This record gives sequence, structure tokens and C-alpha cells, in this order.
Amino acid sequence: MTILNPFFGKYGGQYVPEVLIPALNQLEETFVEARHDPSFRRELNDLLHKYAGRPTPLTLCQNITKGTKTRIYLKREDLVHGGAHKTNQVIGQALLAKRMGKTRIIAETGAGQHGVATALICARMGFKCRIYMGITDTERQKPNVFRMRLMGAEVREISVGAGTLKEACNEALRDYAANFENTHYIIGTAAGPHPFPTIVREFQKIIGEEIRYQIELEEGRLPDACFACVGGGSNAIGMFADFLDTDVPLYGVEPGGKGLETGMHGATIEKGVDGIFFGALSKNLQTEDGMINESNTISAGLDFPSVGPQHAYLDSIGRVKYVNATNKEALEAFVLLSEQEGIIPALESSHAMAYAIKMMREHPDKEQVFVVNLSGRGDKDIFSVSKYLEDLGCIRADGSIDTAPLRK
Amino acid sequence: MEKRFEKRFAALAAKHEGGFVPFVTLCDPDFETSIKILHCLRENGADALELGFPFSDPCADGPVIQHADKRALKSGARTKDFFACIRAVRDADPEIPMSILVYANVVYAHGIDNFFKMAADSGLDAVLVPDVPSGMLTTKSGDFAKAAADHGIDTVLIAPPNADDATLQQIAKITTGYTYVLSRFGITGTETAFGKPVKVIKRLKELKAPVPILGFGISTPEHVKQALETGAVGAIAGSGCVKIIEKHLGDVPALLKELGAYVSAMKAATRG
Repeated sequence: MTILNPFFGKYGGQYVPEVLIPALNQLEETFVEARHDPSFRRELNDLLHKYAGRPTPLTLCQNITKGTKTRIYLKREDLVHGGAHKTNQVIGQALLAKRMGKTRIIAETGAGQHGVATALICARMGFKCRIYMGITDTERQKPNVFRMRLMGAEVREISVGAGTLKEACNEALRDYAANFENTHYIIGTAAGPHPFPTIVREFQKIIGEEIRYQIELEEGRLPDACFACVGGGSNAIGMFADFLDTDVPLYGVEPGGKGLETGMHGATIEKGVDGIFFGALSKNLQTEDGMINESNTISAGLDFPSVGPQHAYLDSIGRVKYVNATNKEALEAFVLLSEQEGIIPALESSHAMAYAIKMMREHPDKEQVFVVNLSGRGDKDIFSVSKYLEDLGCIRADGSIDTAPLRK
Repeated sequence: MEKRFEKRFAALAAKHEGGFVPFVTLCDPDFETSIKILHCLRENGADALELGFPFSDPCADGPVIQHADKRALKSGARTKDFFACIRAVRDADPEIPMSILVYANVVYAHGIDNFFKMAADSGLDAVLVPDVPSGMLTTKSGDFAKAAADHGIDTVLIAPPNADDATLQQIAKITTGYTYVLSRFGITGTETAFGKPVKVIKRLKELKAPVPILGFGISTPEHVKQALETGAVGAIAGSGCVKIIEKHLGDVPALLKELGAYVSAMKAATRG
């Protein structure tokens, strides 16, 4: 029996081999106990403030909103140490691992941001660290692979299947099933078997808590909408958790890839069906026979054919609206934010930005306040983006960038 | 409903023999070859068959069975073909106990009740879902145990070496057919030798659980002997069989010859 409810409505659960149940029980017990332990809170807050750089600012866009009455604030998770929101919850889970007496940490990673976050905290706290990453992703996110290795992590490249996040998840689960006695698996997103989706949300919800405080200072009121990208959904649930009891519209933006009509996308909630994968009942992209399909997007961090179970639930009750942005829309947002605000966003976060821009353009005369979770920085993406832009005819002869082809 | 696992293992006990249960993936490498492989296993002394339902993401399996699943799916085989293989064996042999190892999503995708109906229609005896632990068999999200019972299919649970007593009690209570005793942690494969969960087996017997059969890491006749010494009444060997299939892809006669000899040798090791 679990201590906390392992389900969100009908979604979630613990669909893992029996052999892993004792490890999940131990994790849940440790988490429940640590949450109320002042010394744990102190150590966590200390690391969040003095190591990771929290709180992160809320930045008002100056130029991108010109000619409209929309104000867009960016929650600057790109400024968290490591370059993305991932560090928030990795610190929490690493402290839990220490409390459980584990000496080794494993993790899966797509874009490499979760891998980097895991590697840095392992270096800091002295854990042995292995990161599983698909070979397609090690190729498109090379800078992060080197960052992980530099910080002492072993990066294990997975070549089966499409070599993306899904295979990395399977391989990490296999390692966990063999080594859980001394190893903690830091799942990187709000997915996986209970208690992971709950633990990850609780350690990420500081994002939304800070936003509520900061937007009150800036605007004296709640925003008119919040936007976050959704792959597995950890930055989104971190942003949304503190707004669930309000009526602020919340938008989860999934990767639309080449367009939903092409079938080449990662829009799991919009296009997926109920199914059991990666330890939970959630929405998946899968065949009639239950075989999990490959997702497709330029964003390695959103390239996941499933989604955290709480998102499937929030969709089913209509509390969060799940929409999508295509590769081209995300690329345009990537370039616009760089050109006009001097902020290079991660390709993942560019999806959230793209949808906010779309809504801004639809109602230029509407007074509205948006908050976009800028979940990570885009330095890791510059080489791939430059290649995408070149392929799409966006690089002029003099090397400058033309976004017009992205709007076709 | 015939209780083929119970019957077969009672008969083996009467002869003071252990049971040898080979495991292969259905439709690996394709439907036609798979049928020949299944008959080969049966004709060379397999006491029961445990058959893998191919899945895109077999997270409890090592590389050998992952590749087998991939070959099967690549051949274009689908759920109806997997059940057709079982039907073919059942038509040829009304007595042999057969179970499948199938991942939760495949069951769920077809509708849990409907999947068990298809299983019963194919002549199958038991279903083991490796990613549905005892605590998840019956929840508001799905009732695997009820669907199995409604269609007269045995529900096999896995008893791992680290299970606490409450879990073993629950497993003993729910499991029917046989109890899959996990020899060690980790995933399927021959890379890591099997362990000897003597205490778990002893406890399961005290709890009157269905017969304990040991799996994970068993690939030689010597392993089979050692497995039976733990108190298990049978041994399951998967990766050992599948490696032979993998070795002879494209040469069915050579495949059947080596596989037949392997199964005979493994079976021989069960006779004291």
C-alpha cells in the first residue's frame, strides 16, 4: 500500500515489475518524512538559493509585444544554474537519495538538460552518476553531452529504436531494476510510476509560487494566462501547480512537429490514447495493438510519446488546455526572442513562447497579461537551430537571419 | 476449465521430475517459423511453454529478448497472429500448459476484458503481466484479476527475492497456475547468473502458493539442476532459447536441430 494516492483520477499508478515496488515504497516514505523535516527543508532551500540561484526573475518583454496591448512576462528558469528548471527538482531528489543512503544515481535525458542537472548535483554531492541518452539526442545536443562528461558523469548512448528519450527511459528502468539497492533513479520529468510524478511536481512547484508572488508585485493581480511547454511535463506542472486553485487559464503547449495532420509530432495529449507506459497509465502515442510510437519534433526535450499522468488528468477535467506549436512556430519564437529581447530560449521553451505570440497576434487590441515559463536557455540548441534555419532558407547571403520562410 | 498447469506439475511430482519450461517470443522471427519452433519445443520434452508477447518497449527484458520482440514486430505480426500461434499448439496438443508474458499496455490497448477473452479463445492457460505488480492488479483504472477470472485464465504473479512477507502473502493468495519466482534482480538475460531464493520458495510453499517455477538467468542443464535444488518445481529458460533462434536466422532446419537438442538436454537435467 502506498502512503499517498498513486492516481490522478484514473491516471498514474505503479505499473512496474514487482521487484521495484520496495524501492518505490522506500522513496515514498523518505519523501513524506523529509517534506516535514526542517533540516531537510533548510538544506534544500540553501542549495536552491546559494547554488542554483533562486529565485529567478520575472522579465517583462520590451519589444516582442510592440504594436499590441499584451504584456508578456518570462519566468526566467533559463537562469537557474545548469540552464533549465531541471535543477530545481534534481536537488530535491539528490537529497532524498542521500537520506536513503544511496551512493549511485542514474537518470535518462532527452535534450540533455536533465542529464546536466543530474551530473552537476552528483558532482557537488559526491554521487557516482550514469546518464542514459539516445544516440539521436547525443548527436543533436552535443554541448550538453560534453558538459555532463566534464562534470564526471558517465553518458551511456542508447542506439536501439529511434535513439531518443523513450529508449533512454527503458534503459534507465532496466538499470534501476537491477541496482536499486545502492542506486536512485532520478526521473527527469513529472512522469513514471508513483511517487515520481508527485515528487517532481512538489519540487518544481516553486516556479509557480514565485510567479504568483512576482506578478502580484508587478501587476497587482493574477495573469490572464500562463504558458508552458509539455514533453513529460515537469516545467509545466511546476508552473501550474500553484494556479490550479485559481481560474487563470493555463496552456500546456505540446510539440506539433511538422503539423498534427502529418502524424510527425509529439502531441501526446491532443492525439494520444489512454495506455500504460513508463510505469503509469497516461496518454500515449501508440498503435491499435498498444505498441508505443516514436514521437517527432526538433525539440529533443519534448520528444516523448507519453506525458506525465497529472497532465492527462488535468486535460480530462478541462482545467488545463493542451495545444501545440509546430517546429516552424517554435523556431520563429526562438529567433524573435533572441533578436528582440536578447534572450536565447531553449527550443523546448520556444514552443510555449510561440503559442503566447500566436494568442497575442490574434488579439492585438486586447489588454492582457501573459506569463510564459522560459524553462531553459538555448545555448545547447544553437548548432541545430542554425542548421534548421539554413535548411528552411532562413539564412541570407550575408549571414543574417530572415524569419519570413517560417511563417509560410 | 482445465487446470493444465496444476495437472502437469502434479504428474511431474508423482514421477519425481522437475519441469522444464522454455520461453520464446511469439512470431520471432516470423509467424511460420514461430509455429515450427513451438512444435519443436513441445516435441523435445518441454513440460510447459511460456511465450512472450512482443512489445515495442519491453522494459523488464534484456537485449536478447528485446531483439526477439523487434524481429517479431518487424515481420508485421500482430495480436491476432500471436494468438494464432497459441491456437496452433493447442490444436496439436490438448494437454500442454501454456502461459504468455505480456506487457500491460498490450492488454490495456485491446480492452482488458477483451484481451482475456481472446486469450481464452486461443486455448491459453495463464497470463503473466510483468509490469502489473500485485498491488495494481485490481484498481479503478483497470481490473486484470477479474478479467482473468471471468475467462478462466490463470493469473501468474512474479515473486521477487526482495518481497516482504505481506507481499508474498498477497502473491500466494492471488496467483493461480504457477508462481514465477525471480531468481535475482534486474532484467532477463544470461549475462548475470541466477540467484537462489531458497527462503522465498520455502515461504511460498508454507503459504500454499501455486507451484514455484524459477526464472531469470537459467541457460544450461547445470543451471536447471541448481534451480531445482532451491525447492522450485521447474525452471524457465528464455534467453538461452532465443539466442539459438537469433543464431540461425534464415536457416530453419539448423535452428530446429540445435533448439531441439538444447531443449532435450535441459529437460534431461530435470530427471534427478
